[in-house]
Amino acid sequence: MARDLEQILGHVRSLDAIDTDGVVPTAHGFELATPLRADEPVPPLDPELAVSNAPERLGTAFLVPKMIEEGG
Amino acid sequence: MSQADSLLAGNLSEQRAGLDRGDVSASELIDASLANIQAQSSLGATLSTRESRARLEAEAASKRIAEGKPLSPLDGIPILLKDNIVQAGEPATCASRILEDFVSPYDSTVAERLQSAGAIIVGRTNMDEFAMGSSTENSAFGICRNPWDPSRACGGSSGGSAVGVAAGMVPLSFGSDTGGSIRQPASFCGIVGLKPTYGRVSRWGLVAFASSLDQIGPFGRTVSDCAAALDIIAGHDPKDSTSVPEPVPTFGASLDGDVSGLTIGLPKEYFVEDGVEPGVLARVREAIGVLENAGAKFVEVSLPHTEYTIATYYLIATAEASSNLARFDGVRYGRRAEQVEDLADLYERSRSEGFGAEVKRRIVLGTYVLSAGYYDAYYGKAQRVRTLIRRDFDTAFESCDAILTPTTPETAFAIGAKSGDPLSMYLSDVYTTSANLAGLPGLSMPCGMSDGMPVGLQLLGKPLDEATILRIGDAFERLTPHHLARPEPSVSESK
Repeated sequence: MARDLEQILGHVRSLDAIDTDGVVPTAHGFELATPLRADEPVPPLDPELAVSNAPERLGTAFLVPKMIEEGG
Repeated sequence: MSQADSLLAGNLSEQRAGLDRGDVSASELIDASLANIQAQSSLGATLSTRESRARLEAEAASKRIAEGKPLSPLDGIPILLKDNIVQAGEPATCASRILEDFVSPYDSTVAERLQSAGAIIVGRTNMDEFAMGSSTENSAFGICRNPWDPSRACGGSSGGSAVGVAAGMVPLSFGSDTGGSIRQPASFCGIVGLKPTYGRVSRWGLVAFASSLDQIGPFGRTVSDCAAALDIIAGHDPKDSTSVPEPVPTFGASLDGDVSGLTIGLPKEYFVEDGVEPGVLARVREAIGVLENAGAKFVEVSLPHTEYTIATYYLIATAEASSNLARFDGVRYGRRAEQVEDLADLYERSRSEGFGAEVKRRIVLGTYVLSAGYYDAYYGKAQRVRTLIRRDFDTAFESCDAILTPTTPETAFAIGAKSGDPLSMYLSDVYTTSANLAGLPGLSMPCGMSDGMPVGLQLLGKPLDEATILRIGDAFERLTPHHLARPEPSVSESK
């Protein structure tokens, strides 16, 4: 993988040849103002359904390995 | 061949007419489609089918049609969705081990609109893992093959969707295009593929690869079929804040076969003798001649930053992918490694086991180019060059209504020919990535054959002007027989 990444980085460094001083960056191909939607409550996804793909769960909570040591 | 099989061999409008006349019921058509998918399973086009649910939906469609009340031109028509466009209650693996057992709890807006229109989703198609690839060889569940020559790649990443239409399993399918993932496989498989303007179709429920570039679009056997599909899926969606709140024209209505008065730009950087296969260049030049005879005017335009599009694209796409794919952590959904020591081990091992090599390569590259100290040199630089690429198109469109190019510099390459060389695979997208960077609509359609393999013609339009490229494509189709060419069915022993 290191060799592939070196080769790809070598190619992308070709951009160094372009003068981009003063050029505004483009984040999206189609610029839109950030829209605000009306603050209206809508029914959420059923919590039971929302956790239906959890590898491990307790009720509607996701279970993960303990990450804090005893007494820590 | 049964009457249903004969109807399935037709395009969307022929299937619509056959259903409406009562030659074949929607149930019979869906059965024929499912049987065809099974018979050609050696192509590797689908990852799952939804036989019982599709048959139930087809019964309801049959009744509506018999009563003369179809919901839309797609009512009762079999379609396929790429496996990254979610449908409630169905798998969405994105061809990745990390989502092998995932079942979507909700509908994408595109799936919801298609179902509301009565379309019958018969299955989900193979793809490059998380849409990262140009050949559908990067699938965790087996490669997908080109129906014109199964030893060749079908293109990608939406390869399965292209093959489903090209091999006659369905008349319409849907894919996503981040750097050419609809147009390039359409070109390799000899069918029509449309990437709409960024924001024209909701991305709600499309598993994100590179959010500023991704767009859903249709594959069909004709331009007018793709226009009919776009009529269903296009439009603003409050669930996707990047969908464009502009009125949507009826795309089918713009297809009048008339190109007189239109000016089409030919970017000189795309027609270089040493960069394009002679057979591809010859077919595209013939197509230009056909359109010129029909009254279109051609002018040379320049897109001076063309040689930098692949570098710009791979910096932006991998940066966005590394951020998007961070959600796969083995906690809330997707694969979780077993017998982990702690939370960090859970993240690391779940991802190491779940992601394939190309996805890992892009996450590492994307994380690197976004990292402190390198951000400005790589990601920031690419965003600035993206502005220059957009400006190139703005300037070009001052003198033309649409731009015509080859879709790809070569016809379908052999399976395995590029899989060991990521950079060479990336460079095969040289003519398609610019439309994603600039947010433009792009159409690929067949324009003949070279050495027995289809050649694709690409039309690029101004933002939100899908109507013009569809009109040109449809006019070309009326004057040429290329869209009628079909591969021999790949019926062989089942997998």
